[in-house]
Amino acid sequence: MSHHRAIAASILPLRLEAAGYAVGGEPLLSDISLTVTAGRRLIVMGANGAGKSLLLRLCHGLIAPTSGRRVWADGTHRPEAQAMVFQRPVLLRRSVAANLDYPLALRGLSRSARRDSVARTLDRFGLAPMADRPARLLSGGEQQRLALARAWSMSPEVLFLDEPTSALDPSATRIIEEMIEGFSAEGITIVMTTHDLGQARRLAEDVAFLHRGRLIAHHPAANFFAGPTAPEARAFLAGDLVWS
Amino acid sequence: MDGPFFTAIGLILGADAGLLQIIGLSLRVTLTAVLVACAIGLPLGAALALARFPGRGAVIVLFNALMGLPPVVAGLVVYLMLSRAGPFGDLALLFTPEAMILAQTVLILPIVVSLTRSVVEDIWAEYREQLQSLGASRLRAVPTLLWDGRVSLLTGVLAGFGRASAEVGAVLIVGGNIAGHTRTMTTAITLETSRGNLGLAVALGIILLTLTLTLNALAWGAGQWARSRLG
Repeated sequence: MSHHRAIAASILPLRLEAAGYAVGGEPLLSDISLTVTAGRRLIVMGANGAGKSLLLRLCHGLIAPTSGRRVWADGTHRPEAQAMVFQRPVLLRRSVAANLDYPLALRGLSRSARRDSVARTLDRFGLAPMADRPARLLSGGEQQRLALARAWSMSPEVLFLDEPTSALDPSATRIIEEMIEGFSAEGITIVMTTHDLGQARRLAEDVAFLHRGRLIAHHPAANFFAGPTAPEARAFLAGDLVWS
Repeated sequence: MDGPFFTAIGLILGADAGLLQIIGLSLRVTLTAVLVACAIGLPLGAALALARFPGRGAVIVLFNALMGLPPVVAGLVVYLMLSRAGPFGDLALLFTPEAMILAQTVLILPIVVSLTRSVVEDIWAEYREQLQSLGASRLRAVPTLLWDGRVSLLTGVLAGFGRASAEVGAVLIVGGNIAGHTRTMTTAITLETSRGNLGLAVALGIILLTLTLTLNALAWGAGQWARSRLG
């Protein structure tokens, strides 16, 4: 769809250069150098507390690195062509359609352009029958679908997803994964965290592995799952075998 | 069971002209004060929730404390401002309904500000990252947060209305309880009781209670409806 191709200068690749994030002198992310390449699906893995969510927030611009740099290819501080979906999406206390309208209004789109875009998004994701329902009363799976639709309607070049299915049942998870694959097929770059190894295997083209706030490995997925060189990553994968 | 109660029922059923005039003025004064306090207090409370500046804590404590401001003190302050020798004496507002509106606004404003701050702060904690991610600045977030907190905020506005319609001290001092001009339900009750004219006092008391009950019922109903409808 032309919609996503209209951007002249790409904001990608995104480069983190020795980026770190510390709170009160305590480093939560340290010395992370990472390039997010256009068109790939990068899965960020690691144990709880490894810094996966923080890394996504740092990339997305919700927090600023306290050391090192975050550099977008278009040279801007925080480009518009990006979106993020949270583990528990925050939907506004208004209708499904109004939730889709909101970010477009923030961008200053005209009323008619917004109406067209909202209608297109509702259709594309099968949300039209619930357009007038209050978003907060949807099921968890429907809410996350709406959150992804809202993110898509912002025409992102890169979409950050923080554990988007961890609160969902298997069938809702499946729908969300299909949406993510669809976005990827349109050329949207995906950066996603998950603690679900099965999901990581299904979706990953590249894997970044975090351990205690440090980037231990960043490989194509096949290499990573075949047997990572880093002992922490090996232990993490082995832990999955023990528990599954 | 004869006497004041039956006189009161008679006055209410007969839609006594003096009674209606007093009720009308009371409603006009209090509703206008609520509107003015909301126009100032909602954005101010939201700004206080989102802004970070030195002395913010002191401002919050001040507004919280002012919620307990005795009406007579609020009346006294407005009286000093509006009296001939005061800074706004030239406006000749003392002993007018406008002076009463001003005094009641002073009483309601802290309630609206404090409650708005608390409601908006809670919603902001939940919405902050998402709104930031969607591209909303803090300033742009204010109307969003106020709108999404509308059900809870209604309670605060209602508490403000309750306080203003029930108080007697402030309107008595700045209004002067002039018959037909600045006599409200509460000041009339005070006066008529002291005169032994209990029928009118009881009638006004019944109407004040009914008004408060009705408003609270409406607000509760609206809240229930909104919760089931908006989630």
